[in-house]
Amino acid sequence: MILGAGTYGMLVKTAITQISLKPTTDTIVQWSIFVIIFLPITIGFLIFGWLAFKGAYDHLPSSSDEIV
Amino acid sequence: MQSISEKKLIRKVIFASSVGTLIEWYDFYIFGSLAPIIASQFFPKTNPTAALLSTLATFAAGFIVRPFGALVFGRLGDKVGRKYTFLLTLILMGGSTFAIGLIPGYEKIGFLAPMLVLLLRLIQGLALGGEYGGAATYVAEHAPTNRRGYFTSWIQTTATLGLLLSLGIILITRKSLATDPSDSIRVFEDWGWRIPFWFSVVLVGMSIYIRLKMHESPMFTKLKAEGKTSVNPIKESLMHKANLKMVLLALFGATMGQGVVWYTGQFYAQTFMENTIKIDFEQTRTILICAIVVATPLFIFFGNLSDKIGRKWIIMVGLLSAVVLYRPIYHQMINVASVTDSQVDNSKTHIDRVLKPNTGNGYSLQNTTTFTVYENGITEKKIHVDTLYSSGVEKPQLVDKVSKQLPTDRYWMMVALIFLQILFVTMSYGPIAAFLVELFPTKIRYTSMSLPYHLGNGVFGGLTPFIAVLLGTMYTGDLLVGLWYPIIIAGFCLLIGSLYLSNKTDNNVND
Repeated sequence: MILGAGTYGMLVKTAITQISLKPTTDTIVQWSIFVIIFLPITIGFLIFGWLAFKGAYDHLPSSSDEIV
Repeated sequence: MQSISEKKLIRKVIFASSVGTLIEWYDFYIFGSLAPIIASQFFPKTNPTAALLSTLATFAAGFIVRPFGALVFGRLGDKVGRKYTFLLTLILMGGSTFAIGLIPGYEKIGFLAPMLVLLLRLIQGLALGGEYGGAATYVAEHAPTNRRGYFTSWIQTTATLGLLLSLGIILITRKSLATDPSDSIRVFEDWGWRIPFWFSVVLVGMSIYIRLKMHESPMFTKLKAEGKTSVNPIKESLMHKANLKMVLLALFGATMGQGVVWYTGQFYAQTFMENTIKIDFEQTRTILICAIVVATPLFIFFGNLSDKIGRKWIIMVGLLSAVVLYRPIYHQMINVASVTDSQVDNSKTHIDRVLKPNTGNGYSLQNTTTFTVYENGITEKKIHVDTLYSSGVEKPQLVDKVSKQLPTDRYWMMVALIFLQILFVTMSYGPIAAFLVELFPTKIRYTSMSLPYHLGNGVFGGLTPFIAVLLGTMYTGDLLVGLWYPIIIAGFCLLIGSLYLSNKTDNNVND
């Protein structure tokens, strides 16, 4: 969880630095794409970390009946 | 024990699914393989790097929409059926590929050109997002229990064979448009690049014909007859905690790492050879083709092996090998193409000059090609074009085009280094279709397995060449800096997968 949030924070910081260094359309578009795409993935990573922390992966389902 | 008719059926299923998926990959890859030409045709030529990045961004756009395609077509596949859904994706992919080949360049229709290219690229991405999950599910649902890894591994070869086909068609077209090789290349860069896009229509037409003759998956047919299909597959896949847990595990413990390993071995390697160590266009492609041809049977080998020893550790060893060996391999690639410790062989070095006469513009163009041959056998070719005005003024071109031709021994060393990278791909990718199919139940399988696959491969993997090039432009002192992205992602995935994935093979996918 901490890793996910930290990595995303670093990504946003790098994006701001790069855009302020070279505020062209290309740079803004590239870094905005990265920041937007990785937001839902980071949320997924946070959920994964939370589930792992709570022990949800200690037992994996052996049959589909346990999933649906 | 399978009967003869069952064996025939599974072979037909594999053939129909694999051919269609291979063609979809072909369609998708020709765009990436022709990225520099597409950049020059459709994007403003103010700055070559900006143009290349624009194309890579378009390339990435194709990958970014793949997860949406997985959701849209996954839902359709789980509600309507596998067969008609992956027929639809094939038609969308073929149609948009053909249309890209018809769009006039930026110089003719202005910004409409890149906008149309982007739109069609997005449709390609959506279609690909729906294709793979359908094909893998369709084959797995026909395969006998103990051979699922083996049979689905044929689907796994299609991505690499699609790349091989795209490289082959591009090379053949590039060489056969005029009798003089340099004229042929010029024609190819002018309009000939469109031919591989048009060729797609023939391939897609054949594949649609084959797929129309196939029947629906028996498991899905049974489920539908019993009225047990999912009402809302996306909701059941993502909102049901028990299933979401498995989707996340599949993404962070397997497909994320497998995606970056795949795109590093087959795409970043190509970019690195061509742009960083400056190997000649054709040699770069043939090196990749040789490595792919030798490595492709290993997809089947590892798929088959996964039926015997389980899927998990084969995938993990592939990731571990990539994490540990990427930097030494790329370091060696730099050494193989290096001329810094070698003396120039003056007896073989020569200069060719070709003057293209004044055609009424008041100037002529002079092409000067310098062939510098080094004692280690590498030939370095530098091209520059000078403008000679009729007034007698000569304006030299500042930008030189440099490329290297490797001698035979170094050529094969490079093939071996690329082969090693594709070996890691075969280990991590060969068993993954069977692994994903077994994680999810029939009624939401198409949606559930497509999403982590396309997030891992589309987003994490698809962005690999783009992020690696970007890192290279940010930290110019280290030629290998781009590798940190796949190494770190594969490393995290290895850690998560080793801790949480199960090596147990689920024999029952009928549920």
